Amino acid sequence: MGILLNVVLLLVLAASLAVWVILPWPGAVVLVALLAAWLVLTRRGRQAGSVANVGISTLPQRLGASAVIVVGIAGVVGVLVALLAMAEGYNQTLRRTGSADTVIVMRGASASEVMSVLDQNSVTLIAQTPGIVRDAKGEPIASSEIVVAANLPLKNGGADEEGSVQLRGVGSQVWALRPQVKIISGRRFQPGLRELIVGRGAARQFAGLVPGQEIRLGNQVWTVVGTFASDDAMESELWGDANAVADTYQRGNSRASVNARLSDPSAFGAFKTTLESNPQLKVDVATTLDYFDKQSEGMTKVIRVMGITVGAIMAIGAMFGALNTMFAAVAARAREIATLRAIGFTGLPVVVAVLLETMLLALLGGAIGCLVAWLLFNGRGASTLAAGTVGQLSFALQVTPELLWTGLKWALAIGFMGGLFPAVRAARLPVTAALREL
Amino acid sequence: MKYMHLIWASLFRRKTRTVLTLVSIVAAFLLFGLLDAVRTSFNQAGQSANGAQRLQTGAKLSFIQPLPQSLGAQIAQVAGVKMVTYANWFGGAYQDPHNQVFSFAVPPNYLDAFPEVEVSGGERKAFEEKRTGALVGEQLAQRFKWKVGDRVPLQSTIFPDQQGSKNWSFDIVGIMRAKDKKTSGFWDQLFLLHWKYFDETTPYNRGQVGWYVTRVNDVNQADRVAKAIDALSVNSDHETRTQTEQAATASWMKQLADIGLIVGSIMGAVFFTLLLLSGNTMMQAVRERTSEIAVLKTIGFSNRGVMAMVLAESLLLLLLGGILGLALATTLIPIVAGASGGMLNLPVLGADSWALGIVLMALIGTLVGALPALSAMRLNIVDALAGR
Repeated sequence: MGILLNVVLLLVLAASLAVWVILPWPGAVVLVALLAAWLVLTRRGRQAGSVANVGISTLPQRLGASAVIVVGIAGVVGVLVALLAMAEGYNQTLRRTGSADTVIVMRGASASEVMSVLDQNSVTLIAQTPGIVRDAKGEPIASSEIVVAANLPLKNGGADEEGSVQLRGVGSQVWALRPQVKIISGRRFQPGLRELIVGRGAARQFAGLVPGQEIRLGNQVWTVVGTFASDDAMESELWGDANAVADTYQRGNSRASVNARLSDPSAFGAFKTTLESNPQLKVDVATTLDYFDKQSEGMTKVIRVMGITVGAIMAIGAMFGALNTMFAAVAARAREIATLRAIGFTGLPVVVAVLLETMLLALLGGAIGCLVAWLLFNGRGASTLAAGTVGQLSFALQVTPELLWTGLKWALAIGFMGGLFPAVRAARLPVTAALREL
Repeated sequence: MKYMHLIWASLFRRKTRTVLTLVSIVAAFLLFGLLDAVRTSFNQAGQSANGAQRLQTGAKLSFIQPLPQSLGAQIAQVAGVKMVTYANWFGGAYQDPHNQVFSFAVPPNYLDAFPEVEVSGGERKAFEEKRTGALVGEQLAQRFKWKVGDRVPLQSTIFPDQQGSKNWSFDIVGIMRAKDKKTSGFWDQLFLLHWKYFDETTPYNRGQVGWYVTRVNDVNQADRVAKAIDALSVNSDHETRTQTEQAATASWMKQLADIGLIVGSIMGAVFFTLLLLSGNTMMQAVRERTSEIAVLKTIGFSNRGVMAMVLAESLLLLLLGGILGLALATTLIPIVAGASGGMLNLPVLGADSWALGIVLMALIGTLVGALPALSAMRLNIVDALAGR
């Protein structure tokens, strides 16, 4: 009988968790409203409420034991939210870089810009394709770009330690193509000169990237003339004139990609067909939104899986901590609960009361975890070698409302699992035996 | 040891509580084991004795910039150099451009520089003789179900052949195995093809070399040799930067992620929670045994003896859970690494991870036991028996 009940309980647990995981927040609001209505309107609900009240009002007497639940769950939620915020920040930084109305054209089957090579002929052909917006002078808003890597000394590294940064040679239309790029100090580089502007993120990570400073790329000297901000992945790059960069890197007239602005997103289909049906060209066409989304896919998934694995293992630990505390709490109140049962309370209010108490503690823990994660990690900078680039990508961790909601969901789920078994034990305690106990 | 059974009995006085606490401890140390494996795989990549003997020479400008082939002969002349070989990044991908395969184009003597890699003599010879031959790492072969004799299509994401097609095909002639998975597990993922076949097929390379690998005679001379190699090309249009393989790999890993910080913060959160959780268990355990401890003291156990027994109990609790957790991690790691399809290359838990784990168990056990042990020591027999 006992075993059967436990099996049923486990099934109920699994089912409710599955529902819980996919439940969006309006669903949770409805659930809470239903519970509140039950607590206020029905007789059993009011009974459950008053029993829960007794339990909650005696919490300060069990501060140490209750803290186990709160801190345990806060730890799980904090770590989970922080790791997911890392995935989110990485993903958003790359996604923001692209848009639906700009396109990137690369040589066919190139996994990323660095690996693509387009000869001058193709570059000219692509830039003249119909569908690209033209400026007041009638020039297409297209920038043929070259992407290479540069070794530069790291800011926080040892004397001889160098890191890799992505260097992008851009065409003269780049300012119209990427209006989000703003010069925040110094000035733009002049075409044809060995001048660079540096992204805010790159300037944070590498030494000597200050306007007015000179840096060495190979055996050539380049001057940093400005710093730019764009709030996306471009901020981790250095920009210079495409011809000057191609010269330093001995790339002649070849370029890596052509980036262009379309009149509107719906023009993409026709643009793609035109280019792909041109027998002179062998290119891949994608909106920059798709391109950067695809670039971020792998790494985002790795960080997410890591976060969920770590969170799940920690959750197991926290759940057993909660079980322990609630079993002890129920045992300490065995006489009290038995008395309630003796004077006519049924099992359900007792179960609900214990569950309510645990989940309240869990909610508190979850809220603390979310708060700590938000305070410590929101906007915190991190960097990695991004897939598909040849330099460090710096990004900021993003603690979004969705992530906080995920954290709270986890907290409540752990609380529910940690409270259910002690609650059922409390309700099934034989009244006479419990009353006879010391 | 005389009192072992007594300690054991008091530990399992309340089975549910102890088992529940144990599961929490197991979970914490399981996590510790897994994360420490990740950290070790980051830290130990390339940190072998062989890695210290090898120098990597790349263009100073950036790691993607090629170097002239003529530089090889000059490097070989530098005093202290045992042998020179080179490689080019091929940028291979299997079936989908995003399904990347670490593939290098190398000359026949490349493997001589890497004695930690095992290839049977026959397979090595087959590789030297077959123009389109390829050697593949053990795990890579498993991942794509390749075997010796297969002809596999590999797309280069960078290099087309003369006709402009980027679909290459290779004959797998042998399997490479890393002798020490911990420091050179990377080799199990590698795909080697002939540099000559590569250079003659693609119009884009024209006799250029991606990077040079140099083996030195004497590890202590490595720095001097590195400087001498860089001096060869100073002020030319192909200045070089030479580092030991150890330093180069460490620098890449550092750029990839500050894994030490991430692992450290997670474990900090985990162990703080664990401290509180098992501390609570031990406090409860001693509190409910007040009268029993008083009886022990009455029949002649010294204050110190009682304290030692409580400490031993908490140490035992932590060690039991911790060792179970680490053992679980040891069995899970190969499964996780296998399931990731070669993405994660986790080493088995080494002696230092175990040692660190056991030190942590002892430390947490002592901290957790300290307060209850002190209160047990200070316990006044008369008060305790009177229930005051």
